[in-house]
Amino acid sequence: MAEAIQLELVSPEKELASRLVKQVVVPGTEGEFQVMPDHAPVLTTLKPGVLAITEISGAETRFFVRGGYAEVANNQLIVLAERAIPLEQLSAAEIDREIRWAQEDLEDARDEEERRKLSERLDFLIQLKQALQLGH
Amino acid sequence: MPSLKDLRNRINSVKATQKITKAMQMVAAAKLRRAQEAAEAARPYSVRMNAVIAKLAANLKDQEGVSPFLKGTGRDDVHLLVVCTAERGLCGAFNANIAKLAASEIDRLKAAGKTVKVLCVGRKGFDLLKRTYGDLMIDDPVDLKQVKRIRFEHAHEIADRLIRMFDEGAFDVCTLFYSEFRSVISQKPRMLQLIPAKLEDLETEEGEQAPVQSNAAEGPPAAYTYEPDEKEILNDLLPRNVSVQVFRALLENAASEQGARMTAMDNATRNAGEMIRTLTLSYNRQRQAQITKELIEIISGAEAL
Repeated sequence: MAEAIQLELVSPEKELASRLVKQVVVPGTEGEFQVMPDHAPVLTTLKPGVLAITEISGAETRFFVRGGYAEVANNQLIVLAERAIPLEQLSAAEIDREIRWAQEDLEDARDEEERRKLSERLDFLIQLKQALQLGH
Repeated sequence: MPSLKDLRNRINSVKATQKITKAMQMVAAAKLRRAQEAAEAARPYSVRMNAVIAKLAANLKDQEGVSPFLKGTGRDDVHLLVVCTAERGLCGAFNANIAKLAASEIDRLKAAGKTVKVLCVGRKGFDLLKRTYGDLMIDDPVDLKQVKRIRFEHAHEIADRLIRMFDEGAFDVCTLFYSEFRSVISQKPRMLQLIPAKLEDLETEEGEQAPVQSNAAEGPPAAYTYEPDEKEILNDLLPRNVSVQVFRALLENAASEQGARMTAMDNATRNAGEMIRTLTLSYNRQRQAQITKELIEIISGAEAL
């Protein structure tokens, strides 16, 4: 059994991470899931959320990611995110903007299912904001 | 014949110009390096995006319900040309080359009886095209003058606008014009069909970028779990791909612009040097001629006594 997985975290502006890690929690559209070595192949789109990486050393690195997809295959996890920022660098203004967008999306939502998903997303962002403010 | 004073002024003015072109060349060289780095940093993303879309699209191409971003509207009547150029001049034929390619495409489409709409990104292309095709412009050019470093948001804004227009049915086919950065001395104007996404293009590009592909191809063909289903993922990714392509075009353009400016300013500096040499030569000749003339006048005056 493989000990580690190769993580590739790429945003349009640069490659943020390309290294071996122990495990990663990915915020998929249909729910968060944990990727460990020898994970079954998956291809999913992302929702705005936190990508939590457990390094080989056991330390944890977290990124805020939005918009894109994650692909798991052959012990390799590729995450393509339109926006990916280390959580420490995420500013309040940035989250406020995300929240505003989520609200706008929610207003535009067409059916019940979509509305439910989007309001969950909005709740998550608001919680994230509160969590970060506590941390500061 | 210009007087000595005229020549001296001329030499000074050419020297001043040379200083400016030299400085511009150095600034362009520094900016070029940054632009090139940005273009390279963006490459993995677009390569991977292409790979995944090509993979998904290959399975789904003929199915119902696939996003029109891949299949098109089924018509081919209204074309939108997005012409990306620089905001500034003094970069050789860079802007003119892109505009020329766009103009020939406009003429071709018009001759074929299509409706053509043009959206310019960057002031210079707008200026070049508005005289002949002003009536085709759907809006003022997208202004990137204040933008020092192109970020994904800028591309996203443009792409968003295109997607909105497409949803409203404002056009059937969208083509992007930009300049491909080959090297400092070679930039090639290119056109790229954005909507519907052209897959042949994607596949050949993948071929060039083999390393990423071969990585995935090592293992047995994996049976993926798709979340949500394949079609939804594809339909989610296709509009995103528009932003990615626009972003790539803008970055390539930025690098090309600086490359073109560097070459143009290098030439200008060299030409100015050449000019200073010839002007100095004729200045010295004339000065000597004048001294000789004065001497002759003095001597012949003395002899006459």
